[in-house]
Amino acid sequence: MEGLWDFLRSLHDAYGINLVHFYDAFERGRLLRGMWTTLKLAALCVVLSVLIGIIGAWLQGSRFRVLKALVQGYIQFFRNTPPLVQMYFFYFALGPQMPRVENEFGIAQPILGSFAWAVISLSFFAGAFNVEIFRSGVEAVQKSTVEAADALGFNRWQIYSLVVFPLAVRVCLPALNNNLVNLIKTTTQAYAIAVPETLYVASQIWSDRINVFEMMVTLLTFYLLIVGIFVWIMTRVERSLRVPGFGQ
Amino acid sequence: MSVPGNNAALKVMTAAPAQGESGFLASTFTPKALGIALGLFASVALAGEAWAQLTTGGERLGILATLWKWTPLILLGPPHEVGGFALNVLVSFLAMAIGTASGLFLGLGQISRIGPVRSVSWAVTQFFRNSPWLVLLFFVMLLTPFQINIAGLSVPLPGWFKATVGLALPVMANVAEIVRGAVNSIPSSQWESAESLAFSRLQTIWRIILPQCVKRMVPPWMNWYAILTMSTPLISIVGVNDAMTLTQDALAAEQRTELLMPMYGMLLLFFFVYCYPIARWTIWLERKYAVRI
Repeated sequence: MEGLWDFLRSLHDAYGINLVHFYDAFERGRLLRGMWTTLKLAALCVVLSVLIGIIGAWLQGSRFRVLKALVQGYIQFFRNTPPLVQMYFFYFALGPQMPRVENEFGIAQPILGSFAWAVISLSFFAGAFNVEIFRSGVEAVQKSTVEAADALGFNRWQIYSLVVFPLAVRVCLPALNNNLVNLIKTTTQAYAIAVPETLYVASQIWSDRINVFEMMVTLLTFYLLIVGIFVWIMTRVERSLRVPGFGQ
Repeated sequence: MSVPGNNAALKVMTAAPAQGESGFLASTFTPKALGIALGLFASVALAGEAWAQLTTGGERLGILATLWKWTPLILLGPPHEVGGFALNVLVSFLAMAIGTASGLFLGLGQISRIGPVRSVSWAVTQFFRNSPWLVLLFFVMLLTPFQINIAGLSVPLPGWFKATVGLALPVMANVAEIVRGAVNSIPSSQWESAESLAFSRLQTIWRIILPQCVKRMVPPWMNWYAILTMSTPLISIVGVNDAMTLTQDALAAEQRTELLMPMYGMLLLFFFVYCYPIARWTIWLERKYAVRI
């Protein structure tokens, strides 16, 4: 490893290509922590937004009209407003209304920090799209299948969880992947509320060490890499869940 | 278009015809979501208003009056310059125009018969489609000069214009995908007939294939316009005087915590009122232009 760092250092001395965020242990440490934060943020948001999508799609099939209207209102509101403004609304407007707790230094601080608010707002944003995606999957399940399950004595919950949902997931996986990739890219917006994720750390490094171009190329490569890995995993999942007899 | 979960009051409020399928206007303004959003916003504002009246004894402006006071600034920006929500709309128009024009060529590049053109177009499309918008925005903002010198003439590049270009890049890549998809959805018999009528490849694309693509491209294109408009607040992060920046300025000037929710709520509402009809219109066009098999 030392040899590589020395090589990068000589690159700076000889050609002025400043990759200080790799060979300097301090900068490397904070960049890696930033990347770790991005991964945690993305993973939490993906899981929560999928959960919101599943629950929302299930509520939309309920018999209570008020419930349906509420879910519809939630979807339309979150789909048609900017995610950045949503995040500001959650963090700056709802955040201060929350109860405060004392931290280890005895200073009162809000119960939810910027990371938690970023997770909440991004999950609700992507969740609104996921509800629609899951609903389209649920609607694609043939009525005769549901009726057959009904005739076999399954109750409502069993029909949904054992018959409709497993089929719906397979139908809507491509659309879901698309939205989740979008969600991973949107995690950069947590920069705006000072979550120390990759973009935030990168902007700190490029202002401290004046290596804007090199840092940005690293940043773009990192995002292309995690999006690439995510797409690869999801393609594998899609293939393993394929229903025989559909498509090519 | 009968969404269950309606009540009489909302029905009267939105004055919807019983069968709202008749046209775009009807299908846009029937939905309950708009009513729910307005209702939520009004109740938040009214609750805040009542609370402010109770706590301050009414010596300061009420919440609604304060919102009204700042509305012209947030909508139109400071006097004699473009800013606020108007700038968001302007940036979205310009970025869409730049993105569409360049995306058209990028999309056609992907179906070119020259191998290198095809692979380069593909790589450019994938790169801009899969990079986060905010990172691209930073890229353009920080790495382009604030003015360019062409033959002794210096042309200033204002921040909002650079931000527009930054937002146009991902739009370009996604329009390219729309173009490619639409061209691929035209039956190959069209290409063959054109060839047998001795049209050149350029003529075939411009006069036969693309005109047929327009209808298929309009709904996804509008969808991307809505996504772009909802991304325009990002330019506030890189220091452009858009509605988001001005809302925060107004909040900083007022220094009243009870204004936080109504102010940000109002900004959300502006975007909702602008984007929701576009979304409904897109759905309506999608149904109208649906390819029937």
